[in-house]
Amino acid sequence: MKKDILIVGVGGQGSLLASRILGALFLSQGLDCKLSEVHGMSQRGGSVVTYVRAGDEISSPMVSDGEADLVISFEALEALRYAHTLKKGGTLVYSTQRIMPMPVITGAAVYPDDIASRLAAYDLKVLAFDAESAAEKAGNVRAANVALLGAASPIIGGTPEEWEAVIRATVPPKFVDVNLRAFALGLEEAGKN
Amino acid sequence: MRFFSLRIHAPRFFVPGSFPGLSFSGADVLYCGGFPPRKGMVLTMKKLMLGNEAAARGLYEAGVTFASSYPGTPSTEITEYFSGYEGVHAEWAPNEKVACEAAFGASLAGARSFSAMKHVGLNVAADLLYSVSYTGVNGGMVVAVADDQGMHSSQNEQDSRNHAKGAKIPMLEPSDSAECRDYAKLAYEISETFDTPVFLRTSTRVAHSQSLVEEEERVLPPKKPYEKNVAKYVMMPAMARPRHRIVEERTKKLAAYAASSGLNRVIPGSGRIGVIAAGIAFQYAREALGDRASYLKLGMVYPLNAEEIRAFAATVEKLYVIEELDPFIEDFCRAAGIACEGKALFSLCGEYTPAMIRKAILGEDPPVPSPAAIPVRPPVLCPGCPHRGIFYVLHKMKLTVSGDIGCYTLGAQAPLASVDSTIDMGESVSGLHGFLTADPSMEDKTVAVIGDSTFVHSGITGLINAVYNRSNVTVLILDNSITGMTGHQQNPCTGLTLQNQPTHALDLEALCHAVGVRRVSTVDPYDLDKAEAILREELSAGEPSVVIVKRPCALLKWVKRLPPLTVDPDKCRKCRKCMSIGCPAVLFSKETGASIDRTLCVGCGLCEKLCPFGAIEGGQNA
Repeated sequence: MKKDILIVGVGGQGSLLASRILGALFLSQGLDCKLSEVHGMSQRGGSVVTYVRAGDEISSPMVSDGEADLVISFEALEALRYAHTLKKGGTLVYSTQRIMPMPVITGAAVYPDDIASRLAAYDLKVLAFDAESAAEKAGNVRAANVALLGAASPIIGGTPEEWEAVIRATVPPKFVDVNLRAFALGLEEAGKN
Repeated sequence: MRFFSLRIHAPRFFVPGSFPGLSFSGADVLYCGGFPPRKGMVLTMKKLMLGNEAAARGLYEAGVTFASSYPGTPSTEITEYFSGYEGVHAEWAPNEKVACEAAFGASLAGARSFSAMKHVGLNVAADLLYSVSYTGVNGGMVVAVADDQGMHSSQNEQDSRNHAKGAKIPMLEPSDSAECRDYAKLAYEISETFDTPVFLRTSTRVAHSQSLVEEEERVLPPKKPYEKNVAKYVMMPAMARPRHRIVEERTKKLAAYAASSGLNRVIPGSGRIGVIAAGIAFQYAREALGDRASYLKLGMVYPLNAEEIRAFAATVEKLYVIEELDPFIEDFCRAAGIACEGKALFSLCGEYTPAMIRKAILGEDPPVPSPAAIPVRPPVLCPGCPHRGIFYVLHKMKLTVSGDIGCYTLGAQAPLASVDSTIDMGESVSGLHGFLTADPSMEDKTVAVIGDSTFVHSGITGLINAVYNRSNVTVLILDNSITGMTGHQQNPCTGLTLQNQPTHALDLEALCHAVGVRRVSTVDPYDLDKAEAILREELSAGEPSVVIVKRPCALLKWVKRLPPLTVDPDKCRKCRKCMSIGCPAVLFSKETGASIDRTLCVGCGLCEKLCPFGAIEGGQNA
């Protein structure tokens, strides 16, 4: 059993918390686990990727292109940017939220409006929903990361009790309920597919 | 079944209930294959830790009581995590040289001491280290240096192993978090046994990856007394000459130790292929080749032991050296007459991947999907960033800007595009002096920009030189009340220590006056008109001047986030003036004009000031 996961987005969106929840989950399942994070300059509004790997024995903390089982993206353009890292038949869960990169803001580039159809060119299972709205519905827009985890949880595995335990253990106490609601709303999205 | 415990720093989480025979601190969170833990489960107290966190744990367990560092990605968190332990002194120093010198002083006094820095910081500290190699230590002394293959957050990707060889200081290189802890501890044994400082080399992917670590209790070694020893510690020629001979003998002993200590180990595989690797490159090789290769996994990368490598080479048909950056191990092998393959197959630049290794060694190159051709997303100055205002003014005035190291390096990017050069810590000021001396006609159109922390690090001496040697520099100190880029560390200007305890705050204005700059002014970078007026005046002053550009980093917790602004579409004339500041929260479409992303906007009001038609509204900060 091996799980290779990428969590991608724009610096500052909360990918570190999401990866730590995943790490805690895999540990609770008795797996070896490695996480690779991004700090420093690339964090400032740039494209960021966090790798999460779990299995019996993990060497490299990163996932090679074409080998990921799951990519969770906090933003639509970033979903397309990392689609090629998935293996054939892999799963992409992404939020339809759009954040304009600087070349688009300055007019040097155009934000693609055909992301969904370009993703279709890859051999993937795709689940897209507005994770920000789900998080807002849950009570805090910053819980979008956990809503995405909820949507991806059927692919990741783990029982509802295990998920609840790791969310309780990882997020600050006053945000536990919001995050559990966000997780449930994300899981609902997965059910719609 | 394995049973884990994971430490979560914030929030504190208390385990519900208690389990016979097991004890936990309030900071431990329990995980296991089944909950609650049952009798008969094998208990392995392992935690998921960042490499930097694990290194800090190793320092603590080794009984280190003194750490002095300057922040630098990816090394910063070692000192931060270490400062969280009881009974230790941890501090931010103004630069790596001062930090290392302080650590040496603590060692001389008998304490186990530590300093951490990024690869380029080691250049600053090298002055001390090349000589402390000669004197040796009293209490154990370890210097962690974090390389940044791939330059995730650096201006070059120099290979620190060359400094180990140059300074003749042994260097250990962990390949995961568990080894970060183990090697940090072992480094102190080596330091005291061999009377030498020891390098602990990491890389971005070791420092900033999390993997499992098993903790041990702290053991405080007895503090060594200080004893005056002029022959050992006063490095004048007559004393340094015999010390050099001692260093050369020591290096031979260390090479023998490397082979016998278990630090370097052979992992046999099934194939004819042999791989020599260390650090993260070992993990990539292991991932790529698995049991199809045998490995000589090096824990000590300097000094190397030719006999050990020769013995390993004799067991394989084909030997590969897999190492990122320079052919450090490969060159050693070749000089020792050991046939191997390395840089003929692998790049000198950037990070490796398991796929790269499989292709080079096994010839396996399965097709992988291509990345989509889409707009890049480079890092940007944050919404509300104080630097945005001053870079707008510099761009508008079309000045030549001598830049420096920090978040404000991002001012080089479009649309602000106002930085002309960025080299190292402090070069903005000292380089500008050379520039203006060589071409005085640029005096009224060239400035240096340097952050508060960077100015204290290495800008002050450049300013002294400019005054002393009479060039009319105009220096902008961008004081955002924190060391920003590395993730908010205190510095001598902030009036707070690493532990957020109050201390003297360096008075930049008084300092500049003291070094002989008569013209020192302060301006808010969001007061665009005033900033421009002051710059015009200082550029034509005919003498050195400093402008302190003061506004706190927008990400600081105490900086109030204001309600997002809005655009009145009826008033927007689509002039794109608001787009000239490169704010990620300000968007534009040809059809509907400007708009503001309410989740990104922090209400700083800069765009509102620029709008000639009053279309941007709601600012409380204008």
